[in-house]
Amino acid sequence: MPILELREVSHYYFTKKGYTKALENISFSMEAGQFISLLGPSGCGKSTILSIVGRLLENTSGKVLIHNEPIDKNEAEIGYMLQQDYLFPWKTVLDNVMLGPKIQKRQNKELEDRAKKLLQEVGLGNVLSQYPKELSGGMRQRAALVRTLMNNPEIFLLDEPFSALDFQTKLKLEDLVATILKNYHKTTILVTHDIGEAIAMSDSIIIMHANPGRIAHVYDVPEVLRNETPMIARKHEAFQPLFDKIWQDLEETESKEKIGDST
Amino acid sequence: MKLTKDEKLFQQYQRGLLKEKRIVFTWQLSIAVIFFLSWEITSRFYIIDPLLFSSPTKIFELIITRISNGTMFSHISITLFETLLGFLIGTIGGVLIATSLWYSDRFANIMDPYLVIFNAMPKVALGPILIVALGPGYMSIIAMGFIISVIVTTLVVYRAFLEVDQNYTMVLRSFGATKSQIFKEAIFPAALPVMISTLKVNVGLSWVGVIVGEYLVSKQGLGYLIIYGFQVFDFTLVMSSLVIIAILAALMYKGVEKLEHWLIRHTK
Repeated sequence: MPILELREVSHYYFTKKGYTKALENISFSMEAGQFISLLGPSGCGKSTILSIVGRLLENTSGKVLIHNEPIDKNEAEIGYMLQQDYLFPWKTVLDNVMLGPKIQKRQNKELEDRAKKLLQEVGLGNVLSQYPKELSGGMRQRAALVRTLMNNPEIFLLDEPFSALDFQTKLKLEDLVATILKNYHKTTILVTHDIGEAIAMSDSIIIMHANPGRIAHVYDVPEVLRNETPMIARKHEAFQPLFDKIWQDLEETESKEKIGDST
Repeated sequence: MKLTKDEKLFQQYQRGLLKEKRIVFTWQLSIAVIFFLSWEITSRFYIIDPLLFSSPTKIFELIITRISNGTMFSHISITLFETLLGFLIGTIGGVLIATSLWYSDRFANIMDPYLVIFNAMPKVALGPILIVALGPGYMSIIAMGFIISVIVTTLVVYRAFLEVDQNYTMVLRSFGATKSQIFKEAIFPAALPVMISTLKVNVGLSWVGVIVGEYLVSKQGLGYLIIYGFQVFDFTLVMSSLVIIAILAALMYKGVEKLEHWLIRHTK
């Protein structure tokens, strides 16, 4: 049974002046523990899908099911990681991480110990009482990861969480996030515009087209790459052929859309 | 003790800073000295009319005698009390109204034209109405101090609430936060620096409100002394009151600045 299923989901953004169709007939499903990437040009509705799955937006039409129940009736925790860490600057690292439990009024010693253990695990054990501005970008993003993990979400949504980091930090963090998500058996959707990142991290890749956002192709990442950490997968011989294929796919859509625009 | 080259450079830098500070202070002092000295001299030699412009020594004497015989204290305390109260009620009231506007977009939309009108209106023009409504006492003076700062506070703080990065709200919503939790955890602390800077503006505004209020009705206070001195042609009294107001307002401003530093240290 799939943990998450989208059936012909469409979404419109309404403004005073008119509307835009952000998504058109999006359908896919995910098994528990699966890692999917959404790849495509800006404006293809990648982030809209995340917002809908994250219950921040309600889709205009179609169905979103979690454990075969409509998403608004199901209480499964869904975790969000954004482009920037959005740690609260006036809270310490530990207080930031404990934010979820605080909001849900279930703070206790046990959870605090868990928070400390998780922070230790991502290498932040010695900065618990420091403030976010005292941390580097990579450290902050790791703290944000722990903040999301604290609520034990079944589904993890990553909205370009590595795009604001320098290349080395980005590669290291990819490894860390991939390992942790695999260890905790999380179902994950990653939104990215980095083809390499998508191949290195995910089990399958959904290529999207813009105007309106729709699914163009789905690529399954070869088994050999899936079993490796992102850092090693990037160096694997199976990596480049898939990269080239997806690159070409995206190029073609882009040129098609340009022709489409001029007519 | 021998110093390394680096330490020497650092000392040189520190000496440079100290020197700059001294230059600035010297200029500040000279401006004050020249101002008061030329005031005193021109007044003594009747270049300006001493009856109208008084002189620093006369003002100083008056303040000293009035303070030592206790006839100044009640005026100072009543004005200070009215100003502080007007300032506090205006600021807190403004933040509360801004909060309710933030809570309900519909309420904000409904209130919008009224806020624009109230903001554009010269608040001191409401003086007579306040006096009729609240009586010719300190109530209407405090109301004056309040009304002059409350709308500006409301508008500035509300804008600050709206400008808080939406992504903080999004993080909280993904944890299932309620609207009041979002306000408490993200909106209020993020807007705190703006709120503190409105405090600084409000210090000045409350003084305006209270002094104008005292012009209109009171029988006590520094504003009353100014009007009284004007009517009996005692400009030394007018000037003395002005000097005291300037000192008190500056002290209050400095106090708010201290509060600002303290809050920033303890919230960031």
